[in-house]
Amino acid sequence: MDQRRITIGVNGTSFSETVSTRTTLADFLRHQLRLTGTHLGCEHGVCGACTVLLDGRSARSCLMLAVQADGHQITTVEGLESKDGVLHPLQQAFADHHGLQCGFCTPGMLTTLVELLRDNPDPSEAEVRMAISGNLCRCTGYQSIVTATLDAAKRMRTEHPA
Amino acid sequence: MTTKTFGKRTRRLEDPDLLRGKARFVDDIHVDGMLHAAFVRSPHAHAKIVSLDTANALAMPGVHAVLTGEDLRAHALSDRLAVALPDRVYKQQRNRPILVDDETVYVGEAIAMVIADDPYVAEDAVSRVDIEFEVLPAISDCRQALSPGALNVHSDASDNLIAEFTSGYGDVNSAFAGAAHVFGESYWQHRGCAHAMECRGCLAAVDPLDHTLTLWSSTQTPLMGARLLAEMLGREEASVRVLAPDVGGGFGPKLVFYPEEAAVAIAAIVLNKPVKWIEDRREHFVSTTQERDQYWEAEIAVDDGGKILGVRGSLLHDHGAYTARGLTVPQGAVSALTLAYVVPAYRMDVKVVLTNKVPVTPVRGAGQPQGIFVMERLLDLAARTLKIDRADIRRRNLVPADAMPFKKGFVTRGGIPIVLDSGDYPACQADAVEKAGWADFPARQQAARAEGQYIGIGMANYVEGTGRGPFEQVSVKLASSGLIHVATGAAAMGQGTKTMLAQIVAEQLGGVMERVVVTTGDSAKIAMGFGGFNSRQTVMAGSSAHLAALKVRQKILQVASHLLEADAADLDIDGENVFVVGAAGMKISLRQVAKAMIGSAGFTLPGNLAPGIEATENVVIDAMTYANGCAVVEVAVDLATAAVTVTRVVFVHDGGKIINPSIVDGQIIGAIAHGIGNALYEWMGYGDDGQPLTTNLADYLLMTSTEMPPISLSHRESPTPLNPLGVKGVGESGVMPIPAAVASAVEDALSPFGVRITQVPIRPNDLAALLDKAGVVV
Repeated sequence: MDQRRITIGVNGTSFSETVSTRTTLADFLRHQLRLTGTHLGCEHGVCGACTVLLDGRSARSCLMLAVQADGHQITTVEGLESKDGVLHPLQQAFADHHGLQCGFCTPGMLTTLVELLRDNPDPSEAEVRMAISGNLCRCTGYQSIVTATLDAAKRMRTEHPA
Repeated sequence: MTTKTFGKRTRRLEDPDLLRGKARFVDDIHVDGMLHAAFVRSPHAHAKIVSLDTANALAMPGVHAVLTGEDLRAHALSDRLAVALPDRVYKQQRNRPILVDDETVYVGEAIAMVIADDPYVAEDAVSRVDIEFEVLPAISDCRQALSPGALNVHSDASDNLIAEFTSGYGDVNSAFAGAAHVFGESYWQHRGCAHAMECRGCLAAVDPLDHTLTLWSSTQTPLMGARLLAEMLGREEASVRVLAPDVGGGFGPKLVFYPEEAAVAIAAIVLNKPVKWIEDRREHFVSTTQERDQYWEAEIAVDDGGKILGVRGSLLHDHGAYTARGLTVPQGAVSALTLAYVVPAYRMDVKVVLTNKVPVTPVRGAGQPQGIFVMERLLDLAARTLKIDRADIRRRNLVPADAMPFKKGFVTRGGIPIVLDSGDYPACQADAVEKAGWADFPARQQAARAEGQYIGIGMANYVEGTGRGPFEQVSVKLASSGLIHVATGAAAMGQGTKTMLAQIVAEQLGGVMERVVVTTGDSAKIAMGFGGFNSRQTVMAGSSAHLAALKVRQKILQVASHLLEADAADLDIDGENVFVVGAAGMKISLRQVAKAMIGSAGFTLPGNLAPGIEATENVVIDAMTYANGCAVVEVAVDLATAAVTVTRVVFVHDGGKIINPSIVDGQIIGAIAHGIGNALYEWMGYGDDGQPLTTNLADYLLMTSTEMPPISLSHRESPTPLNPLGVKGVGESGVMPIPAAVASAVEDALSPFGVRITQVPIRPNDLAALLDKAGVVV
């Protein structure tokens, strides 16, 4: 198989790896770097479970090749908590409001919502729903996810007022 | 009564790992040297396999083996999965082959497995397995399958009827003969796939030291899987371990043991290497079991006051090509139909029909929403014709609270009498109707119509059988670390099962859930059990956990009474200590209590008590406990696009005592979403040739966040007398009334045009046709 050497920053650490050119970014993260927090729910870009942040923008890691991420910075769910293990306010709000059940869609929800709250610190309920309209969850009916997100936004605004 | 943990909105024990990306789903497990499997699947709905040549695939670099049915047969006592629940009414036995090698009967059926270094290579090699097929005509529609001269789903069969039964009680013919009014309709109901966000998958490995076969599988029933695998391989049970790691949703289909699980296990034995297989979503559409089509003809007999005299009819149920579970879905449908109401006479004639499609097994609700849909549609039909308010006709017929326990005239699939145990159904409906502003809706509807908006309101009641027995084993042990170990055959797939059990156990043992370490779904950690299905685990495992915790508590207090030289009746447990009530300084830690009962060589145990502090319980409860609820749904129908928007759901639910309100809310709201999907969006399509038409999540529509309406959810708590906690199952309840209530609301919205809704899903194309037929011009 055709292989390339790539350098990718993942959650603040730089990795130089040899990778098969057809390996998706998701498979590279999960099986080569063993960062299995990023999940694959459909492998055709609909469910959103594999969403990561690529240079800060949400991207479907199942629809990208690892080689396309060469030279870029990736954030996965493993990178959301602080270095000393304190949960991101979104993660904490998900725990407080039962914003997850099986937890399989959760990594994609969290990364998508981190982007939302960064760009829009005070979203309306409709804006939260729109932001995750490309992330499927079969367990929660989304309500607890929306509640958690609005609460996280409030907490983040209080902690870091603009 | 104040409680420590029972009834509290606690956080879930499962969440810290899930939120950090540190959970362990089956594809997250890596074993050094593991190989990867991919399956060669039938592209035809019905075909003879003329020849199968693996040479080209085997020649590919990185391919270790290509296994066929013939190869597996040499290693298993049976080449078919005999998993059907027992029933006398089968006319044909259709157990699935592990890998089929003569005649394939649905698109997606596994024919061979490729095992390679890498999953990409394995998938490449799948396309290099050369198979010559002789394509045969396929049966896609279960109605055609029974027509005279129909071709057969299986070539060796004489027809396509796999089972036939009648469910009912009372003198139906007399009830109808003497009735003032009889109303009847035909219904088509379709439920699609479960679509847990994690597809199926498994990993098998043989331990090189003790030869134990371990199968990690994304399953709802690991203990059943372990038993089946041991039988199939002719191994002693202790040498086969099946466990479910974190499972990314179940919703029914993962309760079935699958050919791929057997094949992967055998491959690991044959190759003496760990083998992993992870299903992709496309495979999930064509190989994971589904629910599908039901065609009903139903009639209701009522008197002039709208009182029900009888219900009768027939049901044609699409079974798919094999029996992968049993007759659960049609049985659930016809059982659920009358439950909420006093129906003096009932008869439903059921035909279960083979088709060249993926086998049908339960999806969340297991047929019950379909039975409820038929009953609720019939009541709406009667109400409209007799000009009785839809809420009123239901109120007149609901089983009254003072009739509890109310014995229905028939039995469950296991022959156990159906007895509604508790609940106040009329009060529950009254609550929902009140909260929804039912009485005020006509005025709102008129105002909207004046603006050209077509809004409607609908309702449905449901009663649901939960807590399927006979038992679920739970052991509770105070470990020498002072932590409390709980193990159970119950299986977690996202419902917060560990949290639920920890709340029950912690209630008795100090009130700190974090001190309770729960292991679910691991055949090596518990001797017997079933797993997660039929809204059963809180009822069955919860009851066993409660009794085991009480026994452990009693033993802890006995031991501590010797160690503290105090009367056991004066002791209580708080946090990690046992203390003398009223003298909090007099205490001993649970760790010390545990250590005392491990014993020391040559020394007597405190109080000469039996060693260890543990209890294992198998609380046996045969009768099901019946949960109930009422949903009121509002919709808006766009006449131009025939799109239906659900704008509000009011749901009043009674699932007995609530252990964790947040978990219960989450279960119900999630299931309401599933119900709306079933009512409007989800359709697993097949062409006449049996080719699946919807094999990705862009064609098959799941509910997204923007379709979810505001939900007003409230609870009544009618404890059941059938178990010590007073709990009923909740996992499926939310889905039960929603398709019926949505249909009722759409019909109400379109009442000026006389449009009748007799199907779900109500797809825009279907509704557009109905609007055209009704002469609606936009």
